[in-house]
Amino acid sequence: MLKVENLHASVDDKEIIKGISLYIKPGEVHAIMGPNGSGKSTLSNVLAGRDGYETPEGEVLFNAKDLLEMAPEVRAQEGLFLAFQYPVEIPGVSNIYLLKAALNAARQARGLDALDAMDFLTYVKSKTKMLKMDEKFLYRSVNEGFSGGEKKRNEILQMAVLEPKLCILDEVDSGLDIDALKIVSEGINSLRSPERSFVLITHYQRLLDYIKPDFIHVLADGKIVKSGGPELALELEKEGYGWIEEAAKA
Amino acid sequence: MSASSENINELIGEKYKDGFVTELETDSFPPGLDEQIVRALSAKKNDPEFMTEWRLDGYKQWLTMDNPDWAQLSIEPIDYQAISYYSAPKSLEDGPKSLDEVDPQLLETYKKLGIPLGEQERLAGVAVDAVFDSVSVATTFKDKLSEVGVIFCPISEALRDHPELVKKYLGTVVPQGDNFFAALNSAVFTDGSFVYIPKGVRCPMELSTYFRINASNTGQFERTLIIADEGSYVSYLEGCTAPMRDENQLHAAVVELVAMEGAEIKYSTVQNWYPGDENGVGGIYNFVTKRGECRGANSKISWTQVETGSAITWKYPSCVLLGDNSVGEFYSVAVTNNYQQADTGSKMIHIGKNSKSTIIAKGISAGKSQSSYRGLVKVAKSAENARNYTQCDSLLMGDKCGAHTFPYVEVKQPSAQIEHEASTSKISEDQLFFCLQRGLSADDAVSMIVNGFCKEVFKELPMEFAVEAQALLGISLEGSVG
Repeated sequence: MLKVENLHASVDDKEIIKGISLYIKPGEVHAIMGPNGSGKSTLSNVLAGRDGYETPEGEVLFNAKDLLEMAPEVRAQEGLFLAFQYPVEIPGVSNIYLLKAALNAARQARGLDALDAMDFLTYVKSKTKMLKMDEKFLYRSVNEGFSGGEKKRNEILQMAVLEPKLCILDEVDSGLDIDALKIVSEGINSLRSPERSFVLITHYQRLLDYIKPDFIHVLADGKIVKSGGPELALELEKEGYGWIEEAAKA
Repeated sequence: MSASSENINELIGEKYKDGFVTELETDSFPPGLDEQIVRALSAKKNDPEFMTEWRLDGYKQWLTMDNPDWAQLSIEPIDYQAISYYSAPKSLEDGPKSLDEVDPQLLETYKKLGIPLGEQERLAGVAVDAVFDSVSVATTFKDKLSEVGVIFCPISEALRDHPELVKKYLGTVVPQGDNFFAALNSAVFTDGSFVYIPKGVRCPMELSTYFRINASNTGQFERTLIIADEGSYVSYLEGCTAPMRDENQLHAAVVELVAMEGAEIKYSTVQNWYPGDENGVGGIYNFVTKRGECRGANSKISWTQVETGSAITWKYPSCVLLGDNSVGEFYSVAVTNNYQQADTGSKMIHIGKNSKSTIIAKGISAGKSQSSYRGLVKVAKSAENARNYTQCDSLLMGDKCGAHTFPYVEVKQPSAQIEHEASTSKISEDQLFFCLQRGLSADDAVSMIVNGFCKEVFKELPMEFAVEAQALLGISLEGSVG
């Protein structure tokens, strides 16, 4: 699904990611943990194709295609989805309008016909039902006046509608109280499937109480310093990131 | 500057799709303006005598006035003697009696613009008056409208067939000497539309005028007069385009609306005059005086405008709220790109008791353009319990454009309630990246974000126009963000 080979990335000539390799198979859930400033968000931005990042070295293959060569909207149409840490507000644009435009852009890129208004409505309502969301959500302006929890749920709704192959969730747990975290995690778990892979980027272990990863990677100073199974999270919880940062510097 | 803002500028490459020229034999006056020209023009239009005098009065007042310089606009001095004040396709010399007699090339022009005038294909439910340079080409659905007593015709025809109505109302809202451009227009206006809705009649279809400047070195000076008699209703639409030319062309129009007791006029404009090229060469100078008078109690006038074209826009559609409980509304979207400049807004003059007004102005600036909102809310001593709500929002794209707001408020009645809200925002890189990440192209993303920003105004437009306005906005800002 995703093959990251010795990836380096920099912003304004400052190297943030210093050689990361990562292999993700269909259906796998990988968690990337690490202290602030370790390069977690940079990694998700580089994978999604945000402007302003240089990748002087390394290669990323997404379903055997060169990901770094693709425009950001093409990556999205190919099935890469990034759930944002801080979802933006778009005043005056309803959720349903955005969802329809996004879904049809992806369908057309795959050579399918755009869904008409009625078919789309049926489809999108099946998704709100699955995520136990109020249909009124669809008619509100994108994230405008949403609480932190509502914004994150809205990201999950977009994910559910677009049915991506690879979901990168950037600090999806930030700013959520425990109840909201449960709801959001349930939504994510309901979207897990043998074909769909996830990358969970998080600072805290608590998210992994709700979404069980297959692998955990610890990122420090732009490098993966340790990889392991779910038990690694507990170790981090106990020891903190201090020893890892020490190890990265050594 | 970050990579994104460079893309923003790269993408601001508008293509003006209505910029073609129709090759026609024309009958034009030599450039220049003096009393002889005004008389000759009046003769050409077969004006009744009072009209000739009225024009000359306007001309004399114009001579004593100066070009206004208070707007936030930088304009090269205009040589009024270099402009031809009359141009008409030769084929219309004798005036076509029906659409069959209209030059097919002219019909073709309107067809290209998406305004079919032919009997078979004209817009269902919309009556159109098409004005080409200085004359009206065709008016559709005239017969159907006359069945209910609605008069919808070129103003030159109204002067011939209904001189008493024109005489009674012309210049009562915008007098000849109102301002420099209104005075010029009074002297040399050539055509425009005239609408009269009789008492108690709800006009059965949308009325629309489509203005087209074609000839070079000519100005277009149209005059529109709409009278809604007691208890009547009319919705009127106006659209404008012009060819791409290197020199600037002048458009100085006057629109007067009169709403009697209980009447309602809804006036919508989609203005897409040629804006000039990406270096600011050419484009229409658009100086327009639009004013409506809510003359009777419980009357209502609503202006909705989408301004995407013109090199210079100077326009302040206004309402004089004379009647008690009268309502004035102004909804505006003004888009400027490249080197366009717009100074636009509204005036709401409250005189009647309990009069209410709303101003919603949305300015979108891209490229190196400048956009200003200028508004006046005036409450006279007599206007007890008058209320106004004003909201001005500016959206900036890129970092080379400017948005300015000049709100003026004058209140002489202590019970009045005036509210003003203003905001300035940018299409953020975060918004744009979010949309791209959801699979939308940059152009679609900008179009979606801008349309969201303008939503409150677009919902005021009649259906057919709202679709056109949204599409136009997309074209005007094509490539404006990346």
